[in-house]
Amino acid sequence: MGWMAWSTVTTTFFIGIAIILICMTIWEIKSPTVERKGFLPIIATTRGDRVFIGLLGSAYIHLIFLAVSEHSIWIAFGISVVWFFSVLRWG
Amino acid sequence: MNLKVKNNKAWFLVLPVLALVAFSAVIPLMTVVNYSVQDIFDQNSAYFVGTEWYREVLNDPRLQDSLIRQFTFSAAVLLIEIPLGILIALMMPTRGKMASFCLVVLAMPLLIPWNVVGTIWQIFGRADIGLMGAFLNGIGVDYNYASNPTDAWFTVLLMDVWHWTSLVALLCYSGLRSIPNAYYQAAKIDQASAWAIFRYIQLPKLQSVLVIGVLLRFMDSFMIYAEPFVLTGGGPGNSTTFLSQTLTKMAIGQFDLGPAAAFSLIYFLIVLLVSWLFFTTITHLDNKK
Repeated sequence: MGWMAWSTVTTTFFIGIAIILICMTIWEIKSPTVERKGFLPIIATTRGDRVFIGLLGSAYIHLIFLAVSEHSIWIAFGISVVWFFSVLRWG
Repeated sequence: MNLKVKNNKAWFLVLPVLALVAFSAVIPLMTVVNYSVQDIFDQNSAYFVGTEWYREVLNDPRLQDSLIRQFTFSAAVLLIEIPLGILIALMMPTRGKMASFCLVVLAMPLLIPWNVVGTIWQIFGRADIGLMGAFLNGIGVDYNYASNPTDAWFTVLLMDVWHWTSLVALLCYSGLRSIPNAYYQAAKIDQASAWAIFRYIQLPKLQSVLVIGVLLRFMDSFMIYAEPFVLTGGGPGNSTTFLSQTLTKMAIGQFDLGPAAAFSLIYFLIVLLVSWLFFTTITHLDNKK
C-alpha cells in the first residue's frame, strides 16, 4: 500500500470512523434504536441519524475553524467531540 | 407477532455490493482525504502538511467567488426548472397519440450528451451565424455571450433549462398519472377550482417525485462542468467559472493535488449537507400529513 502514500493521521482518522460504525452496529443489535425528538429542530431522529448529524457537524466545525482561526486544530477537535456526544445524547 | 430476526445470514448477500462500493467509491474517497493532508511531488516524496491546504483553499478568493456563482446558478436552476417542469406536466395530454408524442419530444434533450449540448448552444447563440444570436441582434438586442457576462449567464441558464426541465416534467407527469381518478371526481362534486385541485390534490401527491427532482437537479447543477466549459470556457473573465471548473484547473491544469483534494472534500461536504437538508425537510413535510 506504499504507493498510496497513506499517512498515520489519515489511517488513524479512518480507523476512528470504522470503530464508531462498528460500535453503533453492535449497539443497534443489542438494543434497537427508537426514534425520538431532542434539541435538534423540527425532526425526530434515530441513533444512526444523530451519528450522521454529529459527524457532518464535526466536519463543518473543523472547516469553519480553519477558515476563521489560526489556532491549533485540536481546539476544533475538542469542540467537535463535545458537539458529537451532545447530539448523540440529547439531539 | 414475533418480529425478532432469527437468521442474519442473508446479510452476506450484500457483501458483493459492499465490496464494489468500497472499491469504486469509499477507498477513492479515503485516498482524497489522504492527499488533502500531504504535499506529494512524486511517488517517493510525500510530505505531511496537516491542515495547510484547507486553510489555503478556504481563504482563496477565487474559490469563494466560484462558490457564490455556483450557489447562484443552482438556486436559479431550481427556481426556474421545478415550477416550469410542473407546469409542463400539468399541460401535457393525459392519453392518446399526443401524450406519446409529447413524452418522446420531452425525452429528446435528455438523450444528448453534455458536451454536445454545449456545442449546440455555442453555435446557436453565436451573434454572427447562430440562429438565436443572429435573431436577437437582428431585432436590436445587443447580445454576445462571448463578451458580455450577463449574456453568458443568460445563455448558460437557458441551456440548462432546455436540457433538464424535461426531467422534472417527466417525473411530475408520472406522479400526476398515479393519482386515482376518485380524487378528481370528489373535487368535481365539491366544485373545487383548478387552483384548489392543484394545491390540495396534485401538489401533495407530487411531493415524492419532487423530492427526487429537486435532489437530482440540485446535485447535477451544483456539479455542472461540460456544458459551460464548452459554451463559454468559464468566461468572459471568470463570470461563468463554476466550482468544478476551478477544481479541474487546480487538479489537472496546475497539478496541485493537495489543494485540489482539500477543495474536493469541501465540495463533497457542501453537496452532502444541502442534499440532506432538502431530503430531510421534504420527507418531514411528508410525514407531518
